[in-house]
Amino acid sequence: MNGALLRVEGLGVTLSGRAVLKDVSLSFSSRHLVALVGPNGAGKTTLLRALAGLVQSTGTVEVGGDRLSSLPLRERARRFGYLPQGHVVHWPLQVRDIVALGRYPRGATDPARLSPEDEIAVTRAMQATDITTLAARRVTELSGGERSRVALARVLAVEAPILLADEPTASLDPRFQIDVMKNLRSTADNGVLVIVVTHDLALAARFADTILVLSNGRLVAQGTPEQALSEAVMADVFKVTAYRADYQRELVIVPWTGV
Amino acid sequence: MVSQSATKPSYAITIGLVVLVVLLALVSLGTGPVRLSPVTVIDALFGGGTGAQQTIIREIRLPRAILASAIGAVLGLSGAALQGLLRNPLASPSLFGAPQSAAFGAVLMIALGWADVRSYALPVAGIAMAFVSVFVLLSIAGRNAGLLLLILAGLAISSLAGAATSLVMNLSPNPFASLEIAFWLLGSLEDRSFRHVMLALPFIAAGAILLWSQRSAFRALSLGEETAQSLGIDVTRVRLLVITGVALGVGGAVAVSGTIGFIGLVAPHLMRPVVGYDPARLLLPSALTGAALLTAADIAVRIIPSNTDIKVGVLTSIIGVPFFLYLIVRERRALAGGVA
Repeated sequence: MNGALLRVEGLGVTLSGRAVLKDVSLSFSSRHLVALVGPNGAGKTTLLRALAGLVQSTGTVEVGGDRLSSLPLRERARRFGYLPQGHVVHWPLQVRDIVALGRYPRGATDPARLSPEDEIAVTRAMQATDITTLAARRVTELSGGERSRVALARVLAVEAPILLADEPTASLDPRFQIDVMKNLRSTADNGVLVIVVTHDLALAARFADTILVLSNGRLVAQGTPEQALSEAVMADVFKVTAYRADYQRELVIVPWTGV
Repeated sequence: MVSQSATKPSYAITIGLVVLVVLLALVSLGTGPVRLSPVTVIDALFGGGTGAQQTIIREIRLPRAILASAIGAVLGLSGAALQGLLRNPLASPSLFGAPQSAAFGAVLMIALGWADVRSYALPVAGIAMAFVSVFVLLSIAGRNAGLLLLILAGLAISSLAGAATSLVMNLSPNPFASLEIAFWLLGSLEDRSFRHVMLALPFIAAGAILLWSQRSAFRALSLGEETAQSLGIDVTRVRLLVITGVALGVGGAVAVSGTIGFIGLVAPHLMRPVVGYDPARLLLPSALTGAALLTAADIAVRIIPSNTDIKVGVLTSIIGVPFFLYLIVRERRALAGGVA
């Protein structure tokens, strides 16, 4: 049982003739929070989408020993919870019904007819994100911070072994950013492999077990925050210097000035 | 405990709408040059009454009433399904060009003079052209086409079908043919027989079943295509099935009735304030509302006094548009908030 939950070998993605991802290989087990960082256009979102099987890719992706390409869509959806950027909801739906859509891969296609098991998962996800009191509200009446918590609850309700989140902290105030990261941290501690794309190196350094640095479609650094966000990486990949410190025995990295 | 879904299946509304459609159908059966009471109508339907009454009800008015409710229903259903697929309240059954193409096929038959001799020619040509339009749409846009490409290709096809219809009128051999075409295009359910019902109904039913089968996908699509896909939905397949379903249903409808506007657009809007915004929950009430609207309009054209008979397609648009404007004004806030 020491096999990796997610194993990626030589993953490549080409979009409209341009190689967006080249030869990415990685391997992670459960109970792990991975932050995927890199400059704009490095291929972070593409990597997440390739992992979730939402974009054509070359190479192999294995989930729990099964090749992703051999799994039917439903089964993929049960193994990956995917939280895209933007948290779009096209109709003024009720918060609880949106969270319940997370149970869709388990066959719960109608939020009014959830099995007791689905009901428990939905309740648990709403409690974890502290939106239980919003259950009956329409999503259009919510603030940006509330909406992002609803989106997070929706993906938590999938209860997949792997959770992929694309910039879940974007456009949130500091308090909510920390809340979301703490949430993902405890999700990982509960046995899930969480991979989160972020531009916030400080949050990444503080909460992640492992940091992956992507640049021009290649994985250029991988390791603990100290290793992956070394001064050399900061200068070469992000073109910045960084202020480093210890605060409450945690690494603090603040990008400081361009080089 | 988590509060219950606000979008519980609304049985009361569904039952209410079914009753409304049945009542309107009874009124429709009683309306015409010979007015009959609902009791007489029911009596005649089940074999009572005089021979003349039976002929009027069962052979003249029953096909008309069946077509009105079936066509209205498939228009309402198609509108709700397309609005769900595209996550856009502006979508209507004419979006991908199938009804316009069906109209072109039918009009061509009228111009060629084949519509009279063989009454099958016109609807068959209509349905065939609706299919051709889907085939062309999908071959232009490609099987894995995105939504924008499909909408653009659909726009091109509907323009082409419209232009071809104009060309047929333009080239038609005599003014009578042009007039016949123009009137046919206005949409009507007059003088339709059971042959029309037998011809259109299988297509309408097949289209409706296809659309209905995709209902839960519309709900997941509320979160966008990417999220829907990550929830295990084959979005490309859903798109193909919905476009085909609309072409079958609306193509079959247009082939026997001509173009009937606005029901597909209005019915879902009417029902949203009542049953909520869940696009899956909206399908059945929209279909029933469409059936009620078209049956009511078809009653109205027979009651409104006028020298020439008013075509039902004209009436649905004339009444539909101002009513739609009223709905837009009333729903302004919800729509502005709900649709990005």
